[in-house]
Amino acid sequence: MSADTTLAFDASCHIFSGCGFPAPGLHTFLYEPMFSVGGFDFTKPMLLALLATVVIVAFFWAAFNKPKLVPGKVQMVGEAGYDFVRRGIVYEIIGKKDGEKYVPLMVSLFFFVWMLNLWSIIPLAQFPVTSLIAFPAGLALIVYVVWVSLTFKKHGFVGAWKNITGYDKSLGWVMPLVVVIEFFSNLIIRPFTHAVRLFANMFAGHLLIVMFTIASWYLMNGIGIAYGTVSFVMVIVMTLFELFIQAVQAYVFVLLASSYIQGALAESH
Amino acid sequence: MEGTDVNALFLAAEAETQNPLVPHLDELVIGLLAFAIVFGFLAKKLLPNINKVLDERREAIEGGIEKADAAKLEAESVLEQYKAQLAEARHEAARLRQEAQEQGAALILEMRAEGQRQREEIIAAGHTQIEADRKQAAQSLRQDVGKLATDLAGKLVGESLEDHARQSRTVDRFLADLEEKAGAAR
Repeated sequence: MSADTTLAFDASCHIFSGCGFPAPGLHTFLYEPMFSVGGFDFTKPMLLALLATVVIVAFFWAAFNKPKLVPGKVQMVGEAGYDFVRRGIVYEIIGKKDGEKYVPLMVSLFFFVWMLNLWSIIPLAQFPVTSLIAFPAGLALIVYVVWVSLTFKKHGFVGAWKNITGYDKSLGWVMPLVVVIEFFSNLIIRPFTHAVRLFANMFAGHLLIVMFTIASWYLMNGIGIAYGTVSFVMVIVMTLFELFIQAVQAYVFVLLASSYIQGALAESH
Repeated sequence: MEGTDVNALFLAAEAETQNPLVPHLDELVIGLLAFAIVFGFLAKKLLPNINKVLDERREAIEGGIEKADAAKLEAESVLEQYKAQLAEARHEAARLRQEAQEQGAALILEMRAEGQRQREEIIAAGHTQIEADRKQAAQSLRQDVGKLATDLAGKLVGESLEDHARQSRTVDRFLADLEEKAGAAR
């Protein structure tokens, strides 16, 4: 890979030098393949996704492989993270009895999503993997398969459809409308919004950081330096803001996943 | 520069054909694979590990609390027992003191009665003694007086009053007169 392909824009381009602002866009989220095997293109986001796996497994291996009754530092941090998802999300939403089964899934989801988001502000990585729709879509698909199959397993064929469509005789004449809306809302729109919510947040966040970063550099000429400084301050502010958003989006993703499973387990209305 | 332009053109061309909302299949595969590895490690090995330890820890803490509770209960029962024993001991001491007092009082009374009785006995014995002595003295006096009187009378009369019976009668009469006179005089 040559030096310029690692940058999101032309490094020699500045204001007042006859060069237009190299605004970030969709191309910011495209990477040339690092290598290709057959038809399979291996890109930097894929590498980051696999690195996230390594980081998470390594951390939890260090924390939980040989856990002690009196925890060490790493184990304590791991337990805090584990407890946050287990008690703070799963037990709260699904309940302790029914939820226990889904704790590993939710813990994995939370830390995987968080780490993919976190790459956004880690030097050299600097790309939120979840800003590529394929990654959130894959995870949303897993959650979708889990809660739909769970609904059918729990309520049987008819009961499951009643659960999904919100079938309730007491609704009277509104019921057909409700059934149609609920059907689309739950079965079609829900997985889409689940994935897109995460994707769009990380996409927009990354775009903002890249925008201010490019602007800082682009404005580095004459009076533009004053504006460039403001832009650079914005880079730092946005980076801190992203740090917060990354955790929040991971939390929301798992919170929604838990609430879908809770809905699947709930008695049909 | 030229390479950069070509690269940018390539990316721009790609961007036009690529809808950001359509998942790229290769990325989807890698994403699912990466997640599967994380889930596999956590669900099959690491989380069960920590769950076991968390359970053990909870048991250890609960066991500790139970032990502390048991110790507290025991301490309380021992204290209760000790207090009961103390109260009993106090009660016993009070009872003993009371008894001793009663016994002491009874003893004093008894001794006093005994003393009284002995005193009276001694007094009575004294009286008896005195009476006996007096009687004896009176007896001996009577005999002596009789003898003296007889002797005196004999000398005066000049003859021995040999007839004892008569002599005795005379003396008795004389003494009776004497006593009679004494009784009249009193």
